[in-house]
Amino acid sequence: MKSDNDVVITGIGIVTCQGVGKEPHVALLSAAEAGIPKVETERFSPYPIHPMPEIDWSTQIPKRGDQRQMENWQRLGVFSAGLALDDAGLKTDADACASMDMIVAAGGGERDIKVDSLIVDEALKRNDREMLLNEKLTTELRPTLFLAQLSNLVAGNISIVHKVTGSSRTFMGEESAGISAVETAFHRIRSGQSSHSLVGGAFVAERADIILLVEGIRAHATGDWHPIWSRSADNGGGMIMGSVGAFLVLESRAHAKARGAHIYAVIDAIEGDRGQRDEGRLEKRLARLAGHASGLSAQDTVVFSGTSGVVDLAARERAVLDKQFPGAPVRAFGGVTGHGMEAQFPLGLALAALSLDGAACVPTFDAQNEKPMTAAVKHAVVTTVGYTRGEGLAVLSAEG
Amino acid sequence: MSDNRFKDHLGRPIVAVTGMGVITSLGHGLQDNWAALTSGTSGIHKITRFPTEKLSTRISGTVDFIAVPAENSVERSFAFARETTAEALAQAGLSGDFEGPLFLAAPPVEPEWSDRFALADRAPPSKAEGDAYDRFLAAMRERPDPVFLEAVQFGSISERLADTFGTRGLPVTLSTACASGATAIQLGVEAIRQGRTDRALTVATDGSVSAEALIRFSLLSALSTQNDPPEKASKPFSKDRDGFVIAEGAATLVLESLESAVARGAKVLGIMKGCGEKADHFHRTRSSPDGGPAIATIRAALADAGMDEGGIGYINAHGTSTPENDKMEYGAMLAVFGDRLKDIPVSSNKSMIGHTLTAAGAVEAVFSFQTMLTGTLPPTINYTNPDPTIVLDVVPNTKRNARPMAVLSNSFGFGGQNASLVMALEPA
Repeated sequence: MKSDNDVVITGIGIVTCQGVGKEPHVALLSAAEAGIPKVETERFSPYPIHPMPEIDWSTQIPKRGDQRQMENWQRLGVFSAGLALDDAGLKTDADACASMDMIVAAGGGERDIKVDSLIVDEALKRNDREMLLNEKLTTELRPTLFLAQLSNLVAGNISIVHKVTGSSRTFMGEESAGISAVETAFHRIRSGQSSHSLVGGAFVAERADIILLVEGIRAHATGDWHPIWSRSADNGGGMIMGSVGAFLVLESRAHAKARGAHIYAVIDAIEGDRGQRDEGRLEKRLARLAGHASGLSAQDTVVFSGTSGVVDLAARERAVLDKQFPGAPVRAFGGVTGHGMEAQFPLGLALAALSLDGAACVPTFDAQNEKPMTAAVKHAVVTTVGYTRGEGLAVLSAEG
Repeated sequence: MSDNRFKDHLGRPIVAVTGMGVITSLGHGLQDNWAALTSGTSGIHKITRFPTEKLSTRISGTVDFIAVPAENSVERSFAFARETTAEALAQAGLSGDFEGPLFLAAPPVEPEWSDRFALADRAPPSKAEGDAYDRFLAAMRERPDPVFLEAVQFGSISERLADTFGTRGLPVTLSTACASGATAIQLGVEAIRQGRTDRALTVATDGSVSAEALIRFSLLSALSTQNDPPEKASKPFSKDRDGFVIAEGAATLVLESLESAVARGAKVLGIMKGCGEKADHFHRTRSSPDGGPAIATIRAALADAGMDEGGIGYINAHGTSTPENDKMEYGAMLAVFGDRLKDIPVSSNKSMIGHTLTAAGAVEAVFSFQTMLTGTLPPTINYTNPDPTIVLDVVPNTKRNARPMAVLSNSFGFGGQNASLVMALEPA
């Protein structure tokens, strides 16, 4: 039953290794075969990553001065947010942007690899390392780098570049940040606290400083790309990170209808959770979250799994999905985009919304482990299981 | 049958505060902090955590008296938050699992330099200029280090708080820069108003003072360099103010629907009446010269509270002691309150505790409630050379007895972040 307070998706801005904007992603979702995604295996060898596509930043960040104030992570966020606003038809609507709420899921900014290298190299020769830090950081750090590193400056730059100023909030915490961002925006709209919101995140995989953190638990896959359910512990941890920007414009149905906006999909439910994962507790939580989709027929539902690819976690999530949604096709989108960390969950919603809107028979992303779709479906379940913590699930329905 | 006593002017559940906890450089817990704050004591001191030679700023309001298992931002921020949350829950009379959501304002974290040095020590030698991270990675492949990862996961503080206090669902870890503490409270208020929960744990913590953090703010000319004596450096609204003093701290507020607080017989400390926010698109670190977004933020908070300007009896200013903030904040307050502003006492806790960054909005919310509860206005210290362009009653240098029934607290931050809170003693 339609209600004025339904939360609908009216704008989609995505960038992945598949390309810039919604067109290459619609093409992917409606292709006969997904093909092998772009993978960079040399630059950070032995770790493969899915690189950013070529981007003409100036199409969404027209001022060079603005571009220069950011590093790629913030640029990708501001760029993707611009795509979503454009797509929703709100980019040039100054009043709508000035009253638009915003929640950005963000990590932290790039290190200056050169400066860090200079300091550790020098430190190997000295034993007054703290003094060295004072000397070098004072003279070598670029003042603007701090701002390019600050988590909330993706949102800050979106305000500056796109004039979105109704509110500005930044959530942090890896995948959970993206889950909470959409969950919070959803509840605010549903309860009438917000009429239209920009929500999403960006992640740049091509960063040695991030790759280093993840290697702390050996989560990276190594060597060549394999489809996500087919990765094994023989080739590292299973996760291949991808550069991803994913933003959504969410509106109340009333707000969208009043301005005649195109509705891609309706978000029926969304919830995040966390906790210990041992002794079946992860499975128990995922099964509980899956209850949000309990009214749906498996024949009419596709599951977009946001699994990171971490071998053990992927297998455990898959077992729950197969049990909770028997017969429903599962598509692990991280296999063809890379794991987008903070942006992973918003990306899943974007892909699900595009599929529902286009009545797509989504090709398998891992032919050995996913079954073909023969007809379009009306509902989508989107999951994200964080590579160290946090889980989220959303249920979307086609409009109409 | 809904009871109107428990609904606000818009028919939403009234949000009560039933527990508070705080840590700043002035001490551990509300009692010690309040005694120091009302006696005009400064917590600002020479930095001893790391050497300060060659640094232009050598003072801070670090919190050095809470034991941590390892010296890093995550451990400190968690420890502070754990302590203030335990204090707040005890005051609220809540034990066992909290069973409500957690909203945590926490600083962005990065590896400590000591960790980078340790990696470099066990890494293969350099082969080319600028290859430190290739070497780090080689070392990490050789011997993974989950502790290293955990110390830089943005979700690791809320993870531990959630486990320690039994909060429900996926905790939100947020940053709105120096407005973060206020935003955490706002998220808690919103969740209760949505009817999703009867209670919310709102926590803000910042234990992130390090050499690099200090240098970064220095490079933006944001910090006071009046190092000697340290306790005189933070002088909000003074003519010779020259920057903020970086500091640490934490605060926790237990928010509950008034209805649920009354039903369980909890002591209601005050009411979180209204929250306002408005982002600024002017500049990454500077506010719109006309103060438009800050004005809109204060007005939004008053409107959300269902009050007009006349209801505010005291303002807990953002008052950072930077030349720009204090001027802009004054202009914004003047635009909202007009001629009456000079008759409203406005003080800045930061004159004594420095700028606790991520924690500030919540720390100052706790002090705002305490101001109302005790009938004592904490002073703005170091106010000996007033800025003649800022005509305010800053409660100069010594505390004052007064009984404001409602308080406004402002928080502004880099990235165009603005948030204001309106707090009151009574629901009506």
